[in-house]
Amino acid sequence: MPTIVIDGKEYEVPQGENILEACLGLGLDLPYFCWHPAMGSIGSCRQCAVIQYQNPEDERGKLVMGCMTPVQDGARFSITNEAASSFREFIIESLMVNHPHDCPVCAEGGECHLQDMTVMAGHRDRRYRGLKKTHRNQYLGPLIHHEMNRCITCYRCVRFYKDYAGGSDLSAMASHDHVYFGRHEDGKLESPFSGNLVEVCPTGVFTDKHLVNDYTRKWDLQSAPSICPGCSVGCNTSPGERYGKLKRVHNRYNPDINGYFLCDKGRFGATYVNSEKRIPAVGRRSKDGLFDAIDSSQALTDIAKGLSTSKVIGIGSPRTSIETNFALQNLVGQQNFCTGISETETALVSACIEAIKESGAKIPSPREIERCDAILILGEDVTNTATRIALSLRQAVRNEAFNMAEGLQLQSWQDAATRMLVQDERSPLFLASPHATQLDDIAEGIFNLSPSNIAHLGYSVASLIEGKKDDAAKKTDANDYGNIAEALLKAERPLIISGTGVTDTSVIKAASSITSALVAKGKETYLSLIYQEANTLGITLLDQGQGPSLSNIFEQGENNSIQTLIIVENDLYRRAAKHKVDKLLQAADQVIVLDILDNETCNQADIVIPASSFAECEGTLINFEGRAQRHFPVFESKHPCRPSWEWLTEIGKISSNKNMLEWQCFDDINKACSESSSTLTGINEVAPDRKYRVGGRKIPRQPHRYSGRTAMVANLSVHEPKQTDDTETPLGFTMEGHSGDRPGELIPFVWAPGWNSNHSVHKLQTGSEGELKGGRSVVKIESKKLIQSKQQVKSVNQNNDQDHFIAVAMYKIFGTGELSSQSPGIIELCESESIELAIEAADKLGVSNGDGVTAHGVNGTVDLEVKINDSLISNCVGIIQGMPGAANINPGEGLSLTRSENWVRRSEIISSDQLGGKNV
Amino acid sequence: MNNSVNSLSTEELSAIDEELEHAPYRSAVAIDALKIVQSHRGWVSDSSIKEIANYLEMSSEELDSIATFYNLIFRRPVGENVILFCDSVSCWIRGCAKLEKHINKTLGITRGQTTEDDKFTLVPVPCLGACDKAPVMMVGDSLHENLTEESINRILEDAAVKGKER
Amino acid sequence: MITTPLTKNVHEDRRVVLVEDYEANGGYQGARKSITQMTPSECLQVIKDSNLRGRGGAGFPTGMKWSFVPMDNVSPGHKYLVCNADEMEPGTFKDRLLMECDPHQLIEGMICGSYTIQADIAYIFLRGEYVKAAETLSQAIKECYAKGYLGRSIMGTNYSLDLYLHTSAGRYICGEETALINSLEGKRANPRAKPPFPQVSGLWGRPTIVNNVETLCNISHILDHGPEWFQELGIGEDAGTKMYGVSGNVQNPGCWELPIGTTIREILEVHAGGMLPGYSFRGLLPGGGSTDFLVEEHLDLAMDYGTIGKAGSRMGTGTMIILDDKTCPVGMVKNLIDFFAHESCGFCTPCRDGLPQTAHILQDMSSGKGESRDIENLERLVKFIGSIGNTHCALAPGAMEPLQSAMKYFPEDFERHAKGKKCNYCETD
Ligand SMILES: Cc1cc2nc3c(=O)[nH]c(=O)nc-3n(C[C@H](O)[C@H](O)[C@H](O)COP(=O)(O)O)c2cc1C
Ligand code: SF4
Ligand code: FES
Repeated sequence: MPTIVIDGKEYEVPQGENILEACLGLGLDLPYFCWHPAMGSIGSCRQCAVIQYQNPEDERGKLVMGCMTPVQDGARFSITNEAASSFREFIIESLMVNHPHDCPVCAEGGECHLQDMTVMAGHRDRRYRGLKKTHRNQYLGPLIHHEMNRCITCYRCVRFYKDYAGGSDLSAMASHDHVYFGRHEDGKLESPFSGNLVEVCPTGVFTDKHLVNDYTRKWDLQSAPSICPGCSVGCNTSPGERYGKLKRVHNRYNPDINGYFLCDKGRFGATYVNSEKRIPAVGRRSKDGLFDAIDSSQALTDIAKGLSTSKVIGIGSPRTSIETNFALQNLVGQQNFCTGISETETALVSACIEAIKESGAKIPSPREIERCDAILILGEDVTNTATRIALSLRQAVRNEAFNMAEGLQLQSWQDAATRMLVQDERSPLFLASPHATQLDDIAEGIFNLSPSNIAHLGYSVASLIEGKKDDAAKKTDANDYGNIAEALLKAERPLIISGTGVTDTSVIKAASSITSALVAKGKETYLSLIYQEANTLGITLLDQGQGPSLSNIFEQGENNSIQTLIIVENDLYRRAAKHKVDKLLQAADQVIVLDILDNETCNQADIVIPASSFAECEGTLINFEGRAQRHFPVFESKHPCRPSWEWLTEIGKISSNKNMLEWQCFDDINKACSESSSTLTGINEVAPDRKYRVGGRKIPRQPHRYSGRTAMVANLSVHEPKQTDDTETPLGFTMEGHSGDRPGELIPFVWAPGWNSNHSVHKLQTGSEGELKGGRSVVKIESKKLIQSKQQVKSVNQNNDQDHFIAVAMYKIFGTGELSSQSPGIIELCESESIELAIEAADKLGVSNGDGVTAHGVNGTVDLEVKINDSLISNCVGIIQGMPGAANINPGEGLSLTRSENWVRRSEIISSDQLGGKNV
Repeated sequence: MNNSVNSLSTEELSAIDEELEHAPYRSAVAIDALKIVQSHRGWVSDSSIKEIANYLEMSSEELDSIATFYNLIFRRPVGENVILFCDSVSCWIRGCAKLEKHINKTLGITRGQTTEDDKFTLVPVPCLGACDKAPVMMVGDSLHENLTEESINRILEDAAVKGKER
Repeated sequence: MITTPLTKNVHEDRRVVLVEDYEANGGYQGARKSITQMTPSECLQVIKDSNLRGRGGAGFPTGMKWSFVPMDNVSPGHKYLVCNADEMEPGTFKDRLLMECDPHQLIEGMICGSYTIQADIAYIFLRGEYVKAAETLSQAIKECYAKGYLGRSIMGTNYSLDLYLHTSAGRYICGEETALINSLEGKRANPRAKPPFPQVSGLWGRPTIVNNVETLCNISHILDHGPEWFQELGIGEDAGTKMYGVSGNVQNPGCWELPIGTTIREILEVHAGGMLPGYSFRGLLPGGGSTDFLVEEHLDLAMDYGTIGKAGSRMGTGTMIILDDKTCPVGMVKNLIDFFAHESCGFCTPCRDGLPQTAHILQDMSSGKGESRDIENLERLVKFIGSIGNTHCALAPGAMEPLQSAMKYFPEDFERHAKGKKCNYCETD
């Protein structure tokens, strides 16, 4: 490690860093704007100026930009030198020439990097006598608010949006002091990562529209460490609450997973928590078919009574915590607990687990994905199913760039120079998919194939890697796919990505055979398999293939052998064909539904029970890597909702369930779960337990400037309410407590003296993309522990004759998720339920966009709206998953299609109508 | 607006194609393409931006970012004759400020404006590299040197009669 | 012996030199000699020995610049030579003349230069307003292809070169070589970070040499007549001739090729004929709008890189702008700063937001709204914007040169304006 001298003191700093990075790492304050830890340096803002001395005798030195100056052994610098500090003050003064004095009304106020830097640089007096420039703002869609006058032209927004995230609809316009960052014309930002602009912009140009419309300052937000429930990646988030409402979600730094960035579903798809569709109370269906609110303890007693006398089935959910599912499993018994995952998906998940066990490949974290240097994606549309991974892949293809840059002794942070040198050179990424994907722009090879042909591609690549070239068929494969095999073999860290999204188990098996072949060649091989929901893998591990499958439940229903059915956080109408679910729910004597939002399944229940959302309770989720992570309640809901595991435990206690009688708190359930099977051992070590204290103190959820605690309920009582004691977690619903170094999984929000913005995270890190100082527990469920399902899953009959189309599953970042699609803002962006057709297919049927077709499949017929997708291969049709109509079609099945004659075209929906005229 | 009005003409396309022949990738000819289209239409409209961007396989944002950077790409309609009036130092020393006022008065327009009859647009331009003949201006493609109020009157009258200088 | 190699063919009436005349007068001899008889490294050595320094403004030794181009064939791919013909520096009008009058001289120089660095593609980056130069150059390029001076197997050798003319869409910053490269790539012309220098990572990430028009025009002559001949042309320590120019209120403004190192006085008094009647000399910018003022006491200095540098200015482009007694230095500097503020690419803060602050103060001062703190504020701006390294490229420091030197040599004018007084010579609205 080089030793450098800063203001007369010697420091050891990591090799390969720049001075700015090194200073921040040493805890020295040096202001900056354009540099970003994940995006490197361009040297445009000139804010990070320091003095560099030639040698110990040099007293004058030379002004250099910290972010552009590599550390070198023996180099000498000064931050405090007057020439540097006055220059930095001048830079702020210049940035302020056109910056409005609107801090009191600016949505960034209180967490503004520009505010922090202004104070740090010491600028106070304005010398400029001219007027300020003003710009017109643009409408950028329902998620992001634009306020150009606040811009300080650091270029970070376009660098993130275009260079880092691959978006093309945001650019720097004009020149000199007229530079403008925006779109060609008003319209929604198209990148699924647009929300990061909110955090990437050091001022308030891009702000969270939802927050702006219902505003709270950062210092008034109550936050908790959380995990995004949006998909199987498990990004770490920091949701903020005030007045019982979830106001916004910010990124929570986790070096292995999300780093500094989230996707838009994660950031904007959580406010369903405030939805009017929340189940308002425990309710029982009365004779008139409506629900009456009932006393919850009475309801629980009734349910408990039913449990002991009847045949009970519990259906769990892959979108909620291990603990809730574990509680349900305990309540009904393993042989009566169903994961609630559809038949087809269960088979796919099993195939994934088998692949992980057999291939011998490593399962990479998103951070490790970024380091892979040749990638093959088999079928999985990661931008829509595991969005954050798509961002990691965009970095992975830059490894070639970093190699080239190394040849010229450029460091990876020398971003502009590297991009100019490298131009369009990329590490190879190959994509096989039935339709175009949002990663096509960075792919070296794109193969538009049906799922079964994707599997064929995979097997061919595997045998090419193995070096088998026996017959003629292999020869054509070598022509078509030889370059894939070659690239994977040439790479240092090849990566194969697939997952359950492609809905064909042979694709997953093919992925596994490629990785096995690479491992056999001694390659450090990586395999990523994507699941569809936040806890798909978790619930599968919990179930271990022991419980009945969903179709088995339907059969039991048909035999009238179910008396009580408990469905937890799962809208069955999105999982299985309507006629089957209808039958099941009618057949059961008593249907009890616990859920967050009202849905079709709730409508069919006898008793509904309001469940807490992820933001109101603790829970453990297991992501696609097998990594177990904990989310904590952000706030106490004013709602009568309680965590599902709590309701279920209560019922268990009333019915004297032996295991459950001992459960006093979340930690007890969690511990019991960890002990219940070898597979889940360790999930109690995911985060410190509720008794954890630092110096006897809990960790506060509120910043120490949290204001108005006495006034918040003044309309009800003038007395300050006593803060509720949080007996479940090591966090407190207060602003008092320990806020020094904490374990990474217990950091509710970031703040440091002088650093009010999210940039303060560097004070908690060791190095700009490094570990958290307070440590972090990493609990990964080892692949060898995974237990193979005993359950025989029927494979769906593929009907591949000429007149039939193969139904392929499609996913939409906005729309596929049941809960996220109920969040304001996202609602406007959701895709409607539809069937996507290739142009040839549409022509043959004589339909165009907006018409209807009737799909005839194994579950009968369903009418769907047509959307033409000219990238689809012609014998496939796309069915958007996660929607009730789509649930009537099994992905992979053969469909025959006819034009729907009595289809009524939808009238154009004005986006605000979807919100009932609100939030315009 | 109907499509054919917006879409690029065969002449424009073939000129762009010629540039594309020696470009390593399509977006590399962005500036040339903007200039080609402007030479046919006088300026580059929003729909031209879309058309060109589409043809060069880039986004409108990426192209507009380039179009708005350069001085000689006009993103607003201009008159038949664009007066590129040098206001840099040598011309200034030789009295261009007074001559500019003269143009302002004669044509009734100031910098960036177009006459009501759409004949002239006045655009100030950095040093035209003819400082030994200062003050100078260009009308269309022709350079006019050693300007005086009288010579300006003559040049403007000629241009107004002749129509677009080419 | 030839003493004015650059302008020897130039006709009095400035009509273009035709290819036949160019050839008849020794044209394409330098190219023929180098390509058919010399190795690239021999050519490089000649250019190094000639002590030719870049005529684009910075005066960097051309041979040394070329020597940074990797000549191994380890990384296969294109190499480029680019002619910087963006001439937009206020007060500069020398490259226009060379291109409009004798386009083949430039092309020949580019062929020789490309051969030396083994570039296979060359570009002329021409200022968009130079319509006539565009015509003469594209005609000349056509002729060269027809005659086999460009294209495949030049002059029967296995050396091939393509040359393209790119006309700019107009911005001063395109003259900065890395911004120029970005512009050639079809991008916004923001300068690039250095290192890496274009010689190793330039156009499309490949080794690239950017040279000024005048620099390249010298090349074929040097290769043809040898480095000693070239050294002899200069008067002082620099070699060759230089296109010198004078503009302002002088008798005979113009541009002449003279031995490098000719004194300012000779250029001003003999060639430009001295001041116009009724005007007297106060100062001059020796080489365009981004050089420091020189005054009376400097008139006998030789116009070469070292001498002018020692006097606290830069030779720049060698085309001087004369300040007379009926022109206010405050107004003149304001005109320049307005130009630079407008031509800032908008990338870095001191330039983008600092120059408009400077312009605003000068606007107030020259229109009679000056305040006493203005001088101190201007000094502050000069200090922060005016040093190389404080900004991302050399535009903003260049912009500050006339201001800082004007404040040094003409303090009384600044003080007058800082008192809120109007001035007889500044335009007021
Ligand atoms: C703002 C700025 C503008 C410039 N404009 C020009 C120009 O118009 N023409 C030119 O030849 N060099 C210009 N230069 C200098 C070039 O960057 C570069 O040094 C030159 O083209 C190198 O050529 P030479 O070595 O032959 O002098 C400019 C430099 C800067 C910083
Ligand atoms: S100094 Fe900065 S803003 Fe000015 S032209 Fe150079 S890079 Fe652009
Ligand atoms: S952070 Fe170093 S120049 Fe912007």
